[in-house]
Amino acid sequence: MPDHRSDQAGLQPEPAPARAARPLRVSVDLNRCQAYAQCCYAAPDHFVLHGREALYYDPAPDAAARLEIERARIACPVQAIHVEDAGSHGR
Amino acid sequence: MTVAQERALVIGASLAGLRGAESLRRAGFTGPVTIVGAEPHAPYDRPPLSKHVLTGEVPADATTLPNLTALDADWRLGVAATTLDRHNRVVGLATGEALAYDRLLIATGTRAREWPDAAQGRLAGVFTLRNRDDAAALRRALTAGPSRVLVVGGGFIGCEVAASCRALGLPVTLVETGPTPLARVLGQNLGAVVAAMHEGLGVVIRSGTKVERLEDDGSGHVTGARLDDGSTVAASVVVVALGAVRNTEWLAGSGLSFDTDGVDCDANGHAVDADGRPDPRIAAAGDVARFPHPLYDGRRVALEHWGHAVAQAEHAGRLLAGTRPGAAYAELPAFWSSQGGITIKSVGLTEGADGLVIAQGDPKQGRFLAVYGRAGRCIAAVSFDCARWLPAYAEQIRAGSPFPPIRGATDQGALTILSPGFPEQRRPEVSR
Repeated sequence: MPDHRSDQAGLQPEPAPARAARPLRVSVDLNRCQAYAQCCYAAPDHFVLHGREALYYDPAPDAAARLEIERARIACPVQAIHVEDAGSHGR
Repeated sequence: MTVAQERALVIGASLAGLRGAESLRRAGFTGPVTIVGAEPHAPYDRPPLSKHVLTGEVPADATTLPNLTALDADWRLGVAATTLDRHNRVVGLATGEALAYDRLLIATGTRAREWPDAAQGRLAGVFTLRNRDDAAALRRALTAGPSRVLVVGGGFIGCEVAASCRALGLPVTLVETGPTPLARVLGQNLGAVVAAMHEGLGVVIRSGTKVERLEDDGSGHVTGARLDDGSTVAASVVVVALGAVRNTEWLAGSGLSFDTDGVDCDANGHAVDADGRPDPRIAAAGDVARFPHPLYDGRRVALEHWGHAVAQAEHAGRLLAGTRPGAAYAELPAFWSSQGGITIKSVGLTEGADGLVIAQGDPKQGRFLAVYGRAGRCIAAVSFDCARWLPAYAEQIRAGSPFPPIRGATDQGALTILSPGFPEQRRPEVSR
């Protein structure tokens, strides 16, 4: 399951140093995805539907796109989008 | 807590390894966690490798998986595990080092099956596709403008590679020994739909044919292949897509039960020894784990599915953290594939199906859902570009509902029971 701790923080603009940081990491559970395409409206530069239900997504969007990507994640009706919590520095 | 002093070791820096380690942490394991990976890369996502990486939409090195939980792990990347000593609870590495464990997750996955003739397989222009580096190398070859790409093997990877090549406008021939592409997983009835779909994309399909040898130009570059009907296919790139081999060799001498089709687990997910006794310190997850699936009469299966790698690893992480499993691992198998803009999704296992119905839509229109039955029960469903129907049928499959399912919907025609048309010699216990 996605980690929801970033929900609030993700809606705030990133502080400047993070923009130069490594890209975001995104993955989509395409078993769950049912092509509702809400992510494509929320972040059209990073989620595109090819054909009727083949989702293309950018797995490494620039950190500057964080707000859009978070909006897409939250908008997904089946919650299939996973975004790395920038605060987790898990590795 | 005593748990805090114990050490966890995850072998396989993969989707399953990463999600398993995260699950350990979420289940409260606070001891040191070390993750060992044979590849030099942090865990990355494989599904894009045969699709958007080949078409150039995603660079191979952009596929690193997101962490979903703070891990505080020690990463040992670029070094393979070579031995397991369960008596002393030590994993040996290729560097000669030994790592001690109290809890061990086996997630070493699979590797691409190589072309059987090693010399032919080493020719320049011959590729397999399993890893990120494989995908990057194949992408480079595709951008160099090959005269034709020959794909050997019509499984999911072969089909996805062929479709990606067509998206690049490259001439492609796909050779498959079975009667149609995907016949082993879907049967030839739906396999014929897949073949027609690929022919529509411009792929030349050569079914029921075998590649006898890869030919070269005398200076080490592949020039094509000779087929068993005497014909030849000229191609400057050959992609060998003959399935996967499980990475279990390092378990030799461990006393665990394993072979080239997986390491055996009990219903909870603990690895078992040759006498079937579970080792409570060891669990396995993902492609490498063979386990009795409760939804399929306890048949032992090893599943090469993305969602299964996640779900089984999460289960294994909880197990290794000391959570008593409430029930056996029983996730319904599920996968997706996208080929030429068409999305194929499946739930359940088609193995052994004796009937097939088109339950929704129409194959002629490219959008439909088929249900597979066995002995009067629903066992699997496959959708082509109509995934929203799938969850309803997943419920039927989970419940073992009568086949054919869900009769009498107003927009449904009469259900005709068809033969799925599985070829002989399906390999048991291995799906996809």
